[in-house]
Amino acid sequence: MRVALMVTCVNDAMFPGTGQAVVRLLRRLGVEVDFPAAQTCCGQPMVNTGYLDEAVPAVRSFVRAFEGYDAVVTPSGSCAGSARHQHRLVAQRSGDTGLVAAVAATSPRTYELSEFLIDVLGVSDVGAYFPHSVTYHPTCHSLRMLGVGDRPRRLLEQVRGLRLLDLPKAEECCGFGGTFALKNSDTSVAMGSDKARHVRETGAEVLVAGDNSCLMHIGGVLGRGRSGVRVLHLAEILASTEEQPA
Amino acid sequence: MSATFVGMPAFPSAARTALGNTQLRHNLAHATGVIRAKRAAVVGEVENWEELRLAGAAVKERALRSLDAHLVQLEESLTARGAVVHWARDAAEANRIVVDLARAREIDEVVKVKSMVTQEIGLNEALEASGIAAWETDLAELIVQLGGDLPSHILVPAIHRNRAEIREIFTRRMGEVGRPAPDDLTDEPAVLAGAAREHLREKFLRARMAVSGANFAVADSGTLVVVESEGNGRMCLTLPEVLVSIVGIEKVVPTWAELDPLLRLLPRSSTGERMNPYTSTWTGVVPDDGPQEVHVVLLDNGRTRALGDPTGRQALRCIRCSACLNVCPVYERTGGHAYGSVYPGPIGAILNPLLRGTGDPQTDSLPYASTLCGACFEACPVRIDIPEVLVHLRAEVVDAHRADRLPKPEALAFRGAAWAFGHAQRLDRTEWLSSLAGRLLRRRGRTSLGRLPGPGAAWTDARDLPAPPTETFRAWWRRTDGGERP
Repeated sequence: MRVALMVTCVNDAMFPGTGQAVVRLLRRLGVEVDFPAAQTCCGQPMVNTGYLDEAVPAVRSFVRAFEGYDAVVTPSGSCAGSARHQHRLVAQRSGDTGLVAAVAATSPRTYELSEFLIDVLGVSDVGAYFPHSVTYHPTCHSLRMLGVGDRPRRLLEQVRGLRLLDLPKAEECCGFGGTFALKNSDTSVAMGSDKARHVRETGAEVLVAGDNSCLMHIGGVLGRGRSGVRVLHLAEILASTEEQPA
Repeated sequence: MSATFVGMPAFPSAARTALGNTQLRHNLAHATGVIRAKRAAVVGEVENWEELRLAGAAVKERALRSLDAHLVQLEESLTARGAVVHWARDAAEANRIVVDLARAREIDEVVKVKSMVTQEIGLNEALEASGIAAWETDLAELIVQLGGDLPSHILVPAIHRNRAEIREIFTRRMGEVGRPAPDDLTDEPAVLAGAAREHLREKFLRARMAVSGANFAVADSGTLVVVESEGNGRMCLTLPEVLVSIVGIEKVVPTWAELDPLLRLLPRSSTGERMNPYTSTWTGVVPDDGPQEVHVVLLDNGRTRALGDPTGRQALRCIRCSACLNVCPVYERTGGHAYGSVYPGPIGAILNPLLRGTGDPQTDSLPYASTLCGACFEACPVRIDIPEVLVHLRAEVVDAHRADRLPKPEALAFRGAAWAFGHAQRLDRTEWLSSLAGRLLRRRGRTSLGRLPGPGAAWTDARDLPAPPTETFRAWWRRTDGGERP
């Protein structure tokens, strides 16, 4: 099986540790993963702000980079959602039937990390060790666009040493929303503050989620409040071992 | 005296004001929380809820597909049963019809059933301008009207008010327009409802004309349906001599059979009840029983425009249940007034631009008043994919500015992004700059950025932002051959 890592533009530029964690984790599970260097961005920031024409070059880069792979794995629910649900829209808008066909081939082979681990590899115990109390925020696109359900929790429950604490109102949006965080920053912060409050109510040391963009927002609110809660991507906890702790 | 939404600022600025209203925040968080829990409980009881949603979406979709034929049939059926049918292209036409009907009968006051469409067209204001008093008889609408306030929710328009505020409004205002509130009025819900009942009773018994909307209009029988919870609707629909119903053309269903899934979906989604308390149906005029003059105004007011939008037309399936408002995390914090329309929340964010067209700053801000979290789509009983329509309308807003001679900074930024994301080498070069910034910052021990100037302030005013790493993932992969080399 040829597996490619789609690291996402946010992780590439801001959170390389998450991409490195996916590589370590998949190797440990016996999966040889490629990083096609032609990849850039899934196009979601443009699509979700209404700039469909501007998303076309990104979608072209996507299919160019990932054509021919059996599976494209990404540590982001929202970027997987973009590839699976929005690429067709962008390709149709471009009027390029070749791009429409290429998207039809790559879209269904794109998996969010927890989907790939549970559905494709069939593992829930990935041999991780993380001796901390953790609470999990299910990000909206992974929950409602992809329907990952309890897959991330099933993976976390198998991590040795990890104590999983329930997050109140877990399924409520954190208020990030891409450019919403800037265009409607006041509302975004109001939502983020409530999410941060619920995180603190759990008493957990670490907040985990499957999307670093949401974590950057919640972590930004937690950090500004000097709350002493660490935010960490799911991949980094799953990659964590006694020898190489996260 | 009555307030209007005309001249409301764009959503971000109206939202900022609303977010600062601590009483509003408290009232809304409490009220939406209660309704959400009620809805979740009664929806959870229905084993085949998803099938029911599919059925609801399908019947509305079918009705909309042959809307023209159903409307003609509705007119024929209504006329055959003694009703008079009027057609109104827009708000002004509809309002004129109602005013003329009242004037011709020397009527100077009407009682009203709670109706979204009459608020949409500003009927109360039009009647008032012609010297005709319009009395709202739904409890929450009465609170809004007496308070000189604006509705902030489709189902519970006074959701932004708590009972202490309501007591104050009743005490201050009831006496000015009719029977005053009793001197010993408390803020117990039952006592407040009792005062409203006494106040409204004399209006029901006096009024010669009633105005209603309709939840559904059955084409083959010519039957209108109103769904309500207080019995005030039934009083209005049965007591006066003249009944005028204003009905959006999207309310038509072909036969009674279509009402089956819709009447099961609506109460569970809106009030969180298993069955609706008062469901009134009437078919034209019944001799010596109820209103002897029945008028039906079929209103377009942008609905044909919405129907012409292949992605947006699904919004016309809406049955005004407000489930999307109650689950929306944005609505919960800003309340309804920030949307600047009688249709607030997620459905308002798509319905207003679809009915009115995009192009003015307030309407153009509405499709962006969402994080696209998808909670609205999940709750919608007729499966309107609100996030899909929001993105579609955002594109419409952006496309309308493509020919601008001076592009907005945002447009330039996305053009730059399109260029960079077109080829990995270009992105790599752009990222080199962020890595350089990361190295400089981290050398000084900075792991997060302070307050940024310009547009970055929107983020950093209230949130930390991590300093960029010293090396991108791409550069790390290249340097270490994917971690194979140290």
